[in-house]
Amino acid sequence: MSTSASQTNAPTTPPISLTSRRGWRHRARDGAFRGAVTGSVIVGLVVLVALILQSLIEGWPRLNLDLLTSFPSSFPERAGIQSAIFGTLWMVGIVLVTAIPIGVGAAIYMEEFADTEAWYNRLIDVIIQNLAAVPSIVYGILGLAFLSRGLLDLGPVVLTAGLTLSFLVLPVVIIASREAIRAVPSSILDGALALGATRWQGVSRQVLPASIPGIATGSILAVSRAIGEAAPLLLLGALQFITFNPTGLGSSFTALPIQIFNWISRPQEGFHIAAAAAIIVLLCITLLMNAVAIWLRNRFQQTW
Amino acid sequence: MAVATTRRPASRPLEGLEAGSRRYREKVIVGGLFLCAALSIVLTLGIVIALVVPSVEFFRSISPVEFFTGTEWAPLFKNSKFGVLPLLSGTIVITLIAAVICLPLGLLAAIYLSEYASRRTRSFVKPILEILAGIPTVVYGFFALTFITPLLRENWLFGTPPQVFNALSAGLVMGIMILPTVASISEDAMFAVPQSLRAGAAALGATKYEISTRVVVPAGLSGIIAAFVLGISRAIGETMIVLIAAGGTPNLTFNPAEAMQTMTAFIGAAGLGDQATGSIGYKTIFAVGITLFVMTLVMNIISIRLVRKYREVYD
Amino acid sequence: MRRIRWFAMVAAVMAIALVGVACGGDEPSDSAGGDGTTALSGDIRVDGSSTVGPLTEAAAEFFQEENTDVRVTVGISGTGGGFEKFCAGETDISDASRQIEQDEEEACAGAGVEWAEVQVALDGIAVVVNPENDWADSLTVDQLKLIWNEGSTIDNWNQVDPSFPDVPLELFGPGTDSGTFDYFTDAVNGDEGISRTDYLATEDDNVAVQGVAGSKGGMAYFGLSYYEQNADQLKVVAIDGGGGPVTPSLETVQSGEYTPLSRPLFIYPSKASLERPEVAAFIQFYLENADRIAEQALYVPMTAEQVAASQAAVEQLIAE
Repeated sequence: MSTSASQTNAPTTPPISLTSRRGWRHRARDGAFRGAVTGSVIVGLVVLVALILQSLIEGWPRLNLDLLTSFPSSFPERAGIQSAIFGTLWMVGIVLVTAIPIGVGAAIYMEEFADTEAWYNRLIDVIIQNLAAVPSIVYGILGLAFLSRGLLDLGPVVLTAGLTLSFLVLPVVIIASREAIRAVPSSILDGALALGATRWQGVSRQVLPASIPGIATGSILAVSRAIGEAAPLLLLGALQFITFNPTGLGSSFTALPIQIFNWISRPQEGFHIAAAAAIIVLLCITLLMNAVAIWLRNRFQQTW
Repeated sequence: MAVATTRRPASRPLEGLEAGSRRYREKVIVGGLFLCAALSIVLTLGIVIALVVPSVEFFRSISPVEFFTGTEWAPLFKNSKFGVLPLLSGTIVITLIAAVICLPLGLLAAIYLSEYASRRTRSFVKPILEILAGIPTVVYGFFALTFITPLLRENWLFGTPPQVFNALSAGLVMGIMILPTVASISEDAMFAVPQSLRAGAAALGATKYEISTRVVVPAGLSGIIAAFVLGISRAIGETMIVLIAAGGTPNLTFNPAEAMQTMTAFIGAAGLGDQATGSIGYKTIFAVGITLFVMTLVMNIISIRLVRKYREVYD
Repeated sequence: MRRIRWFAMVAAVMAIALVGVACGGDEPSDSAGGDGTTALSGDIRVDGSSTVGPLTEAAAEFFQEENTDVRVTVGISGTGGGFEKFCAGETDISDASRQIEQDEEEACAGAGVEWAEVQVALDGIAVVVNPENDWADSLTVDQLKLIWNEGSTIDNWNQVDPSFPDVPLELFGPGTDSGTFDYFTDAVNGDEGISRTDYLATEDDNVAVQGVAGSKGGMAYFGLSYYEQNADQLKVVAIDGGGGPVTPSLETVQSGEYTPLSRPLFIYPSKASLERPEVAAFIQFYLENADRIAEQALYVPMTAEQVAASQAAVEQLIAE
């Protein structure tokens, strides 16, 4: 079985087209299906383009360096997103450092080490899927009750927001990572064990590297979601007006989605334009992060 | 010689092959991994506690019967009504619309990426789809309101056009937002189906359509179902899109052209609003929240049973 | 070999992320005061109503221009959320579009937080209709009540007044959690929260603007600034509160002539915070420059008497 990364699953068509004997009905059905699958992707692309164009057209006047280097202001033409960008970046950093290791760790445990019949493992299974459906604002309530006040009493600071977002994306990371790990054929691990490796050695040196592409997929989805969420941050005290960047984990903060949401609901047209420009910036940041993760994924992709 | 099975750990590990200290370290590592997984229990407990305590207070004042069977939701009005059914119908209608979009289209897109696309195409189409997932939900909400809704209203063919707020716009846009999630995870599952199965089917004369639908999809079914469930879960829990595009008017109806409020939209609106914390109006947030939580729990238990039933293991 | 490269890759990614993050830190620099006195410095935390938010934001911006070492931050968790944080001692000042309520007062008292109610501006609630609506130039409060009251089934303009044409009525308004909703229902229907439930509710007043602008029989109510910013797409209705129809404007709201839909906007500073010089200076600045601030935030400035009353309230709190 070739493990070269240059293969895809699109099977090479056999030299003699066997389908030509099958009649026009089959060919029509095949053609229709091909149209359907391609069409579904095109729908997504069209919407994306429409979205980007809509924001680009509206935000174009403000899309310049000023926007990135200024802070929020009550003057629409002066308002900028520097503090929001840095707030978002800090939170992304926290999410990357906490949600991904913990999520992947949990996925490894559940796929490779857990006794799947044990009641507590089945419970964890159900719980993780359930957590993925909890509305983001409930995570805000959770963060407010236990991180900002209560147990950890961190206050409305960037660490609280980052951790809350980590909790938010953790289920997605776990589920996607589990799929990725499950996709690695068991023969890989079997081979390692047969050669005398311990289970952890087999998993960490064979299965895990092989599942990195899928894990990267899940992480991209997760972090993308995290930077677009406004609702939990509002509950946690993300600010509308802050004229400095976070100076540490214990700093007050704001974030791009908050700024966007806030500006869109102001009466002045100037704020709406600024919001559209900020949306483009946010999309660019997402794009950048996606690009890094995609490079990671392509680098390590294998077929079985 | 005992061979360790790989899908279910052996009840007794291989003995005598490992040094004592490595085995101990390994146990520590596995213990650490278990803690990572168990964190999910901690999170759930936290959510449950944060929701249950105020909910209990709420249900002391409002009878659960009224809450679960009442057909009018007007908790923050003076003469408040606490029937949650309008919110429930709102959530169901919008989730259904989103599911009709994201599940079939997501699966088809995944099939395209996995079976039909060349390596080059896949390497740029897949990232583009993932960008769709990264667009802030606020942006989707306003897109639905300012682009999709006018589009629908101008080109409506079935009687009275949709209202300014309506479930259809919100559902459509939500479906598009979730599409990449469903597509990505399904595609990863399908990508993992061994090439040998495809080659075998092709050798027997199957067309790409037949290979995709009769071999690959059934083979990757467990991952695809997991993707579907995740997609639906996300649809149920989505707040911003419905808050902005579907409106804040609770409405017990199944007509998607009308405005309606979902459970999440209500939580969002009330949570960000001017209610005094401690008032009964504020506590409705938690009552609705816990209803949502239980609903998704039941749905997930059912789906896990399904996944377990259909999972296939290869070689 | 491969593992080393892999780790290097991951480390590089993390490093890039952290570098981007580290470069963001911004320490406020020391600077001498303009007239040789020690410069004010410190953090001032404000949170609360999203209506009052823009006011405090303007105040903070102007204040920070003169006092570069003070960092004022403004949040918008809502009036209720703001009070909750305020009574927990997490904020110095609470923005509020309504007066503090009983349970909130008790919570503050229980936590030992003393406060003063300081009015900072006025806002008018504008009732708007579509520009093609040429029949409803003015409405009485009773007519408003007829339309908006609880249980109202009016869905056509000719039911409001027989002389009005047969045009379906389409209602837009703020959600029930909004301060604007509370004030309007109190003023028009007799008590907060009394309202019909079947209008199109939205969190974002801009959406109501669009709704009315696109519907001939549309009608909505929201803050005056939303009308003024969109005056070309809307028509404002003069409201007769007993003394003849009055069109809302800066003058009529300030003088109180536009009644009953003029509302006060408040901030609530805490006594403990006022003991810090920067907070006291900020509040003083806020009130002394109330005109300029209200204008910047598109609200209605207070009268001189109201400003004096607010200043007196602050002084009384400090003196207690």
